[in-house]
Amino acid sequence: MMKLDINGAIHEVEADPSTPLLYVLRNDLEMNGAKFGCGLGQCGACTVMVDGKAVFSCLVPIMLVEGRKVKTVEGLGTIDDPAPMQIAFIEEQAAQCGYCIPGMMMRAQALLESRPDASDAEIRTALEPNLCRCGTHMRILRAVQRARELMKTAAAPAANGGKA
Amino acid sequence: MNASNFPAFSRRGFLFGSGALVVSFSIVPHVLAQEGEVQGATPAPAEPDLPGSLGDTPSLDAWIRIEADGGITVFTGKAELGQGTKTSLRQIAAEELEVEPAAINLITADTALTPNEGYTAGSQTIQNSGTAIRYAAAQVRQILLGQASERLGVPAEQLRAEGGRVLGPGGASLGYGELVAENLLHVNADPATVLKAPDTYRVIGKPFARVDIPAKVTGGEAYVQDMRLPDMVHARVVRPPSYTASLAELDEQSIEAMPGVLAVVRDGDFLAVVAEQEFQAVQAMRALAAAARWEERAALPDQQQLASFYESSATEVGSVSSVGGEAISGAKTIEAQFMRPYQMHGSIGPSAAVAMLEDDRMTIWTHTQGVYPDRGAIAQMLAMPAENVRCIHVEGSGCYGHNGADDAAADAALIARALPGRPVRVQWMREQEHLWEPYGPGMMMRTRATLDAGGKIVDWHYDLWSNTHSTRPGSAGSLIAGRLMGRHFPQDSATLRISPLGNGDRNAIPLYEIPNQRINWHFIPDMPVRVSALRGLGAYANVYSIESFMDELALEAGADPVEFRLRHMTDPRARKVMEVTADEFGWSSDPMPERRGRGFAFAKYKNHAAYLAIAIEMEVDADTGLLRVSHVVSAVDCGEAVAPDSIINQTEGGILQSLSWTLYEAVHFNDTRVTSSDWSAYPILRFSAVPDSIDVHVVDNPGTPYLGVAEAAQGPTAGALANAFRNATGKRIYDLPYTRERVRATLGV
Ligand code: FES
Ligand code: FES
Repeated sequence: MMKLDINGAIHEVEADPSTPLLYVLRNDLEMNGAKFGCGLGQCGACTVMVDGKAVFSCLVPIMLVEGRKVKTVEGLGTIDDPAPMQIAFIEEQAAQCGYCIPGMMMRAQALLESRPDASDAEIRTALEPNLCRCGTHMRILRAVQRARELMKTAAAPAANGGKA
Repeated sequence: MNASNFPAFSRRGFLFGSGALVVSFSIVPHVLAQEGEVQGATPAPAEPDLPGSLGDTPSLDAWIRIEADGGITVFTGKAELGQGTKTSLRQIAAEELEVEPAAINLITADTALTPNEGYTAGSQTIQNSGTAIRYAAAQVRQILLGQASERLGVPAEQLRAEGGRVLGPGGASLGYGELVAENLLHVNADPATVLKAPDTYRVIGKPFARVDIPAKVTGGEAYVQDMRLPDMVHARVVRPPSYTASLAELDEQSIEAMPGVLAVVRDGDFLAVVAEQEFQAVQAMRALAAAARWEERAALPDQQQLASFYESSATEVGSVSSVGGEAISGAKTIEAQFMRPYQMHGSIGPSAAVAMLEDDRMTIWTHTQGVYPDRGAIAQMLAMPAENVRCIHVEGSGCYGHNGADDAAADAALIARALPGRPVRVQWMREQEHLWEPYGPGMMMRTRATLDAGGKIVDWHYDLWSNTHSTRPGSAGSLIAGRLMGRHFPQDSATLRISPLGNGDRNAIPLYEIPNQRINWHFIPDMPVRVSALRGLGAYANVYSIESFMDELALEAGADPVEFRLRHMTDPRARKVMEVTADEFGWSSDPMPERRGRGFAFAKYKNHAAYLAIAIEMEVDADTGLLRVSHVVSAVDCGEAVAPDSIINQTEGGILQSLSWTLYEAVHFNDTRVTSSDWSAYPILRFSAVPDSIDVHVVDNPGTPYLGVAEAAQGPTAGALANAFRNATGKRIYDLPYTRERVRATLGV
């Protein structure tokens, strides 16, 4: 039995400690955001945040995330109350098939949480580990730039419940 | 409106015949041969006068149902593949039915529910399904108006449809639901139906947010990979190390004893494991792979000698076009040879499917592009009647043609047969997708052309060597599982067929005015490397070759490449996209700074669909061999623009994907095995190589027929990139892709 802190809630999971976090998120916790793309750390479809950093959840066994804070796209906001990053992707219509998108969003979220003023060039560099086969890159870049502005306005009235 | 496309998920809910949604259809249409992709004769449409897919499925209630409560359901045999279909088709139906797109419930490809529209391929969804739904919706509106006219005793001209109601003089109002009586819509489509005039559009051509995106960015269920059915178990396949390997030895007992393992499925050379938990299945798969010993044969061609392999294996030559005289003389003749490697679809999410056998009925949830053909092949493989197999399309990761979707569906079905009553979810591992998906075929193109003294092309010879570009199901032998299993269904044989829309020969005929032409397809029936339809089929390599060669001819003629193209083009719509592109790009022949270049290209996809021109500016770092595309401008005319933002999105996507193919991509193999097993062995475009800007201009033509757009950019992008490289360096690369090694070798560094 392991205790995992996912999106601020503690979940007890019964899985082999060597199980990659991705499988536990998708199956034990029935979350769809993080995707299986390669299982090799080459595509970023599985990207989630652990203690504020973007990681490949396909590579990290759950024993390494016990006691750490995991954040997935489900932890940003909901379909009825989306977070700035999600609003930005919807407004820019930044998806074709969309399979790569949650991973892109989490990597961008990690960047913007640590560097709210990240330049366009820094955004591009940060997203390098994540692949998109549909060629949605231009829109993804625009969406992250928009999210950067939305997150600043959201952060401005200081007491924003820590959302996003 | 809910973007989820999963039908009712309760244990019973998804079984056959349940639910009140749909009446059965009166039509049993033949399988559509589309796109020149499907082997065999093209069936004649049943009703040649009916537009779009109505010819095959004429009954209105096969497309549109209205419930007593006014609920509207629209059925399409096409699937959402990430191209925004679900949104665009709702827009089209909503326009003619005079309701909001959100009021429409759209059901996509499902063999139990929707018309048979063959494959979702060839950029034909809007052209075929969209046209059918448009006409059906217009006719439904007219029927409703007619009903209301009778009920109210008011001439139909005094009535109008709005917001799901028919409104008349003096505040009279009847809901659509009140007007539909049983079987009212069970009538055949009328080819004389009048559509709304473009100047009255409320929805078509207006920006309209994609319905599927909110769920996809918030962790909603969206893909077949996200399906979780009650009692579902997880399976993984173990593939042979090479196409023709056979299983020599296997001790599965130790694997059956592993934690969570429910079954090891072995049928000939087909191997799979099933476990309660997904990661248990992955671990068991690894153990099973280690326990299997295979006998392999060296059956692949020498990758260094593909030109001679193509030449020696071509068995037949098909004449694609033969116009004017044979050997025409002129002022100058030049020739060239171009090569295109085998290239991957490379979906980001590996292929997956869920299947369940219950009471002799097999249900398969699949991201196939063709639920009906896939059902036929799987039914044959399982020796089941086709009526007992139901294929339901659920989105997968973008596929760009025939990837592993059908094969994963067959895997799931074959495994599910071993565990009746339990839904089985199969997902391929990354290397299985890379090694077993059918690739876009390698090709060779030889060109020779003659210019007259005035700089006009007077003679054109074009020869291409290629496999077929479609091995879609087909029979059970088109499925990996069907080939591997004990019955070893033979692969469908391929035959040469020249069709108007083209296959390997797609876009082999240049659209330019050239009085004398000889265009031939040297057909290669043998397919030692597994191949099938990849976005654009032969158009990618043919347009790349033609457009590269056009620039060489322009150089010989001392002409600007854009002017040279216009000189040979009379089609006004083609001229228009070229002119818009050149203008917006700021095209000129002025010299660029050193190591920078600009390139231009054009094609009308399939010579029947969207017109697209593109200009590219790039920079070449001779020392590292690195190419960087900085700016791209493109103009596209796909007839009436239903969803302009979706056209831009798909065109940008096509440009970036083609840049990736052209810069990096080639499947590698030795004499026995394919070796491009992951993203490090088969690199694709990453953000650092994405251009600074891509501007796509949609040239709208309201009221003109829809022309498919999703694949229009693939060929022109490659041509423009090649021409920009030539412009920047004075050298031309003929063989794709433009890898750093090849760039350095060409530049002599
Ligand atoms: S799935 Fe984790 S990096 Fe590809
Ligand atoms: S949107 Fe399809 S992979 Fe990125």
